[in-house]
Amino acid sequence: MADSAPLWAAAALPLLLAPAALAVACADGRSVAPVREVLRLLVQQPRRTRAADALATRTGTVLLPLAAVLAAAVVPLGATPVSDLGDGVVWFNAMEALAWAAVWLTGWGPNSTLSLVGGYRFLAQGLAYEIPHMLALTTAALGAGSLRVTEIADAQRGLWFAVWMPAAFALYLLSAAAMSFWGPFGQPAGRDLAGGVATELTGVGRLLLLGGRRLLLLTSAAMAVPLFLGGGHGPLLPGWAWTLVKTGAVLALLLWLRRRLPGVRMDRYTELSWVVLTPLAVLQALVVAVVVLP
Amino acid sequence: MLSAVLAWVLALCAVTAGVLVFRFDSMARATFALLASLLCVAGEVLLLGLQYLGVVIVLMMTIEMAVMAVFMIMFMMNPAGLMPMAMLHNTRAAAALCAALFALLATGVLTADWPRATGRPPADPTFELGMSLMGPQILTMMTLGTALFATIVATVVLATRRGRYDRWGDDLRAARPDDPARGGVGR
Amino acid sequence: MTLSLLMLLAAALFCTGLFGVLTQQSVVMLMMGLELMIGAVILAAAAAWRHLAPANADGQVVVILAVTAMALEMAVGFAVVTALFRTGEKDLTDQAAELRG
Repeated sequence: MADSAPLWAAAALPLLLAPAALAVACADGRSVAPVREVLRLLVQQPRRTRAADALATRTGTVLLPLAAVLAAAVVPLGATPVSDLGDGVVWFNAMEALAWAAVWLTGWGPNSTLSLVGGYRFLAQGLAYEIPHMLALTTAALGAGSLRVTEIADAQRGLWFAVWMPAAFALYLLSAAAMSFWGPFGQPAGRDLAGGVATELTGVGRLLLLGGRRLLLLTSAAMAVPLFLGGGHGPLLPGWAWTLVKTGAVLALLLWLRRRLPGVRMDRYTELSWVVLTPLAVLQALVVAVVVLP
Repeated sequence: MLSAVLAWVLALCAVTAGVLVFRFDSMARATFALLASLLCVAGEVLLLGLQYLGVVIVLMMTIEMAVMAVFMIMFMMNPAGLMPMAMLHNTRAAAALCAALFALLATGVLTADWPRATGRPPADPTFELGMSLMGPQILTMMTLGTALFATIVATVVLATRRGRYDRWGDDLRAARPDDPARGGVGR
Repeated sequence: MTLSLLMLLAAALFCTGLFGVLTQQSVVMLMMGLELMIGAVILAAAAAWRHLAPANADGQVVVILAVTAMALEMAVGFAVVTALFRTGEKDLTDQAAELRG
């Protein structure tokens, strides 16, 4: 069992994640435009809408990046997470679930139809992705017989979970994209809604929401490494380097897939999710349960 | 010491947020005040050493309140509270009743001769819970499972107006179901 | 963090929730009160586990029961409200005094 990192790591975590998220955004757009956009948003004059619920908007925009960073606290870099919680998987899931509240509040706050539609779209998408996602997390925990993230990583010294739980891994990647409403699942902030939940946001609020979405994507991609890709275990390189390499590979896969997949409407994804993906996830969990049963 | 202070702060926040639920005009604010109150309860549960249950409460309540907000706004005639109106009845009797009940409960709490704790908390309460649910309490677990399944069926029956005859025709022989929205799997 | 403080908090939450249940006209607001009351039950069960019988997992099982009850209450509640609204555009408790459709 690995130790938790020292206390300063908690402060360093957001400082580490934010530039990484910016780098992901740059790689996603294949340009340095996101850097310019960040600088522009930092100095932009805020704009207000009439009868807005400013408290709701502010809570939502702050909550999204906060949830991503809190979720990242249990992701081990090498063998050491910031906090090695005994039920790290559940913690990770709970922090991601905060995105539901965050995105909906951001959509509700500005008193604007388009952003509220975006918020509702995210809830519908959430209902679709959450059940297979939870089952995928459960499957990984079941395979290792532990809810502690470092123990799940250690259980894959021999064989990666991605190899013998391919369905759970694929579902996890799908839901990672869906929960950060990005790529094919970008409808809550879609162009047909003039930006959806982010329509009325300006300045730092917009930066927090759009940045929080990247942070969520980054965190869930990083979590795929200890859950399914053997964590920091690997030959030659030290643990932290393997974690970074594998996270980069997962992100590259997601970015590559994004350019090859059409947008998915959340009502269709809901039916697909409940009729096909959820039974698939249950079957995968059943197979794993039968295998690990002593 | 720190945990005692934290417990007090969380307790005050929980009650304040709980009262605010019924003071806010905006349904979004009321729902998320309830969420704040329940998250404070989850914080107290975490402080009591029940890590797993505390985090599960956070997870469940967040999702539940996000869904609840949708229904709150759907079924209130004034969801944003832009035109405040009173939607109350029987306030005085209810206030008297609740105050009396609280006085009674508080007297009970403060005067009761609470027994001393038997035994010490286990090193891993989560493990104990799992062993208990899968061992001596398996009947509870199965009842919960059945209740959840029955609820799924009952809620669908209650909430939908369209049955199979609406979807597949009077003789149930339609080639494809007549749904208001097209589905996602092969249709 | 004594047992008394937590039990008092549970009592306060329970009474606040009960006040909401008794006074709110809207069915959905009534359910918010119910949620608050079940939250108080969760807290009381967890406190009783820690301070009265920590060696035994029964207190935790009660918490699980209460959490499940909360989810069931919300699901059935919203389904009933939807059914009520479908049959007669009713969303207030006073309008739903009879069960006839």
